[in-house]
Amino acid sequence: MITETAAVLCSVVARWRRPPQEDLETLVPHPLRAAAAIVGAVDAVSPDGRLGRSDAQLEVEMIRGALDDAGLTIADVDCLMTTNGMMGSLELGERLGVRGRFTDSTMTGGSSFEVHVEHAAAAIAAGLCEVAVIVYAATPRGGKNPFAGGGPGIGGQDSALFQWDLPYGLGLPAASYSLAAQRHMHDFGTTSEQLAQIAVSFREWAVKNPNAYHQDPITIDDVLASPMVAEPLHKLDCCLVTDGAGALVVTSAERARDLARPPVYVLGAGTAHTHGMSISQMGDVTTTAAAVSGPQAMAMAGIGHGDVDVVELYDSFTITALMTLEDLGFCAKGEGGDFVSDGRLGPGGVLPTNTNGGGLSYTHPGMYGMFILVEAVRQLRGEGGDRQVPGAEVAIANGCGGVLSCTSTIVLGTEATR
Amino acid sequence: MPRIEPPVTPLAEPYWDATRRRELVAQRCDACDRFVWYPREVCPGCLSAELDWAPLAGTGTIYTFNVMRKPGNPMMGDDVPYVVALVDLDEGIRMTTNVVGADGSLRCDQRVRVDWSVELSDGRRLPVFRVTDD
Ligand SMILES: [Zn+2]
Repeated sequence: MITETAAVLCSVVARWRRPPQEDLETLVPHPLRAAAAIVGAVDAVSPDGRLGRSDAQLEVEMIRGALDDAGLTIADVDCLMTTNGMMGSLELGERLGVRGRFTDSTMTGGSSFEVHVEHAAAAIAAGLCEVAVIVYAATPRGGKNPFAGGGPGIGGQDSALFQWDLPYGLGLPAASYSLAAQRHMHDFGTTSEQLAQIAVSFREWAVKNPNAYHQDPITIDDVLASPMVAEPLHKLDCCLVTDGAGALVVTSAERARDLARPPVYVLGAGTAHTHGMSISQMGDVTTTAAAVSGPQAMAMAGIGHGDVDVVELYDSFTITALMTLEDLGFCAKGEGGDFVSDGRLGPGGVLPTNTNGGGLSYTHPGMYGMFILVEAVRQLRGEGGDRQVPGAEVAIANGCGGVLSCTSTIVLGTEATR
Repeated sequence: MPRIEPPVTPLAEPYWDATRRRELVAQRCDACDRFVWYPREVCPGCLSAELDWAPLAGTGTIYTFNVMRKPGNPMMGDDVPYVVALVDLDEGIRMTTNVVGADGSLRCDQRVRVDWSVELSDGRRLPVFRVTDD
């Protein structure tokens, strides 16, 4: 079964393989390419990890902020997207007085918001709605389940996870990711030092971010000296647990041109998943679904790796970042350890990655995908402050949710790359 | 070692009953001749609902593992460190389990055999694994 799952995944990858460059030039652009743009983006985090407001308050605050940023009002909104709660987008619409003509409560864990951007762009391109608002708020530091919103939690007692994984003590997210890290080390010789370098590089960015939770530099030795959580992952290989919230506004390219902020166009999108919450069902644990979603999004955008100025990716754990870089094709499978070890992901490196400090150092309220998109927008608008990547025109935003279960890749670009 | 005790769903009842006899079983799809883990309504290979319960040899290979230094749930707070592993059974299915009695030399691809030492409060057993010499 496992080998055949892998074979199916490979065939899907083959189907979405990027066409040769000469074919690309003669192809009609994909109808989704640059059909929609992110025109509003805000987030709320705190250096002490606490926001001190309720999820419901934060949702409204974020939506208002994102609409102000876009120069739009709530009356313009005809689509709400959120993960929070049962029938989350409907309940949110009731609270805000929004009657939608398209909606999405898709919940794929941390990649949910990339999926929402993809769906918003597709709906807008098809004329199903015009102004979509995507929102997230979670306050685990305030004692709330970061996935529940106002609704029931996930994973009831009859879920596969509860029956077949949790009795063996596989409760922490780090437990599943450590299984992937162990096999990656076994197959490719990846080392703890190489994984630690990822945490070090992202911390270098966080040092430049006055809103980051961690702003003190760290060394590889610091990571290796931090307590083991689930071998081979140390505490500093693991993301933060902080409060956090954010929102995005997506609208048509046509409407975007008249708005307050420079549009950040959705050039390409792709989503793929391999399993639910049981990592025993993933197949090859060293290859994430980004091997499918990444090539699809890049082909749609018509870009190659050399065109990418900044990468924002999901770093729930250092191993997540390493495998994602491989799966997106920035290096070959298995070469991620060598690839990151020269510090190229950090400030001044050739592949600026997680420029806000990432889930490891900036913020991580349970689902980090929102902050991936907000930072990508900031970089493409030139609002990165001390951490701005000069001349950033193309960004890749890659969410990863569940336990390496579902990835969604969004390629974003400025007016110059539209 | 206290454990989260999963409910006995009607679907998985034959599995749990077998563990009371220290027998490891899994569903097998007649239509495409494959074993299925975990128990479910249809075969994930062909969607056939013709799944029978069949015995497993109880032997396999460690695909990957970790060493939990922080407990995965509060009940296991006194049990750290313990090993969670994905074991590839010889019948071609992969299950989450523990490797017990392991020393520091554990590695991927080691051979393991089922161990029935973990009993739940109602007499069911959780199959865990132990490294073998072969
Ligand atoms: Zn079948």
